[in-house]
Amino acid sequence: MLIITCPYCQQAREEEEFSYAGEAYIARPTVPEEADDATWGDYVFHRKNPRGWHWEQWQHVAGCRKVFAVKRHTVSYEIAGSWTLADGKALYLEEQA
Amino acid sequence: MANRYSLWSLIKNGLKHHESWQPAWKSPQPKKHYDVIIVGGGGHGLATAYYLAKEHGIKNVAVLEKGYLGGGNTARNTTIIRSNYLWDEAAQLYEHGLKLWEGLSQDLNFNVMFSQRGVMNVGHTLQDMRDIERRANANLLNGVDAVVMTPKEIKDMVPLIDISNRTRYPIMGASFQPRGGVARHDAVAWGFARGASELGVDIIEQCEVTGLIIEGGRIKGVNTSRGDIMADRVGCVAAGNSSVLAKMAGLRLPLESHPLQAFVSESMKPCIDTVVMSNAVHGYVSQSDKGELVIGAGIDSYLGYGQRGSPHVIEHTAAAIIEMFPSFSRVRMNRQWGGIVDVSPDACPIISKTRIKGLYFNCGWGTGGFKATPGSGNVFAHTIAHDDPHPLNRAFSLDRFATGHLIDEHGAAAVAH
Repeated sequence: MLIITCPYCQQAREEEEFSYAGEAYIARPTVPEEADDATWGDYVFHRKNPRGWHWEQWQHVAGCRKVFAVKRHTVSYEIAGSWTLADGKALYLEEQA
Repeated sequence: MANRYSLWSLIKNGLKHHESWQPAWKSPQPKKHYDVIIVGGGGHGLATAYYLAKEHGIKNVAVLEKGYLGGGNTARNTTIIRSNYLWDEAAQLYEHGLKLWEGLSQDLNFNVMFSQRGVMNVGHTLQDMRDIERRANANLLNGVDAVVMTPKEIKDMVPLIDISNRTRYPIMGASFQPRGGVARHDAVAWGFARGASELGVDIIEQCEVTGLIIEGGRIKGVNTSRGDIMADRVGCVAAGNSSVLAKMAGLRLPLESHPLQAFVSESMKPCIDTVVMSNAVHGYVSQSDKGELVIGAGIDSYLGYGQRGSPHVIEHTAAAIIEMFPSFSRVRMNRQWGGIVDVSPDACPIISKTRIKGLYFNCGWGTGGFKATPGSGNVFAHTIAHDDPHPLNRAFSLDRFATGHLIDEHGAAAVAH
C-alpha cells in the first residue's frame, strides 16, 4: 500500500484515495501542424516506463480531486516527494538538464 | 531424442530406482558468436528458439536468461488458454496458438498437461450480454468455437455459482469456448527448453543482458554479466522489462509495466471443472490438478517493477469471487504472487522488426501472454528467420502506433483487465 501525500491537502493518505494518472511532463509537439505521424505516435503512445525513479501524476479523487506530481521509485516504490504540477516541473526540468 | 519420455522409459528408469534420468536440457558455457540470440528465457523466448531450430533450421541459437528458466511471468500466471478475441487479427493470432497447444505435448514429447476444460466469460449487465453475443458471432466467423449460455446452462455446468438475483450484479449469461482451458505453466517452459536444447540451442541461465552492441544501425551482439556475446540477430522477449532493453538500443516502446497479481488456495476436492472469468465484477477462477483454486486479480493501476501487488487489489478480487461463489468464502489462501506485465495501448502484442537491423522485439502481451506461448514463439521465429513478419503478425508491428492501425482489444476480448 502506497502512502501518498497530497500537496494541496497537506496530508499523507492511503493509495486507495488516489488514482494514477500516468507519466508526468510529456511534452506536446511545439508546432502541431508540422509534427509528422511518428512524432504524434511518440507523444500519444510511447512512454519512458523506467525501472527506477519515475515522475508521475496522481489525482486525489477521494479528496480535493486535484492532480499533482509524485516522484516514485518503480522497484522499491519509495516516494521521494509530491509537488503541485508547476513546482514539480521546475525540479523535473532541473533533473533532466 | 536421447532422453525420450515414454511408458517404456518410465518402466526402465523405475527398475533403476529413478537414479539414471538425465537432465532435461544442457547448461553450456556461452560461445563467442551465435546466429541468433534470444533475450529472455520465459515461455515465449524458449518457444521462439525451439521453432527457430525446428522449422527454420537455425540451430546456432542462444537463449539468455537473467534468472532461472520460467522464473518470471511464465510461473506467475493463471495458465488460462483461449482464443476468443474480437478482432480478426487478434483472433487469428491466438487461434494459431491454440491449434499449436492442441498438439504440443506430442510435439515436445513432454506432458504440458493441456486440459481443454473450456473457458466461460460471464456477463452481468445487458451491455455485457450484447458484447458477448457480438464477440461469439465474430469468433464463429473467424473459425473460433464459441457458445452463448443462459444462467440455467451455467448453473448446470458450474453448480457452485450463484445465479440468483440476490447479488449486486446478477449473472445474466456467458460466452463459452469449449476448446479453451489450462496448462501446466512450468511444464511449458521446461518442455520448450528440453526440445530446443535437444535441437542444439544453448540455454544459458544466470546471464543478464546489460547492453546491446550496435554499430552502423545494425545489431552486433550483447553485453552480458558473463561477457560480450556476438550475434547476427537478437530477439528480445523480456515481457515487463522490454522497455529497459529498448532503452539500451535507444528505442522507445508504447508500453507500461504493471504488477499483476494472482493467488492460490489450499487444495480441495474437485469443485469446479472449467474456467470462470468475469469482467464486470472482475475475478477469474479455475481449479488446478492439485485441487487449488487459482484466482486471478487485477493489475495495479500504477507503473511498477516490484514483483508484488497492492493488498486492496486482492480484497477487490476476493469480493468478486465470493459474490459469484459464496461457498468459497471460507477457503483459505495459500500464496500470492505478482508478475510484471507490459501493457500496450491497444492490449495487443508487438511482434516486430525495429529500425535497428537485426533487432526484433516480441513484447506488449500485457495480461494475457501465457495462452499465446507456442503461437508467439512460432510467428516470432518466422519474423527473425526471414527478417520479415509472418502473415499472422504483420498487423502487430511497432509502426501501428504511428499509422494508427491499432487492434483495440481493450475491453473487447473478454479480458478481465
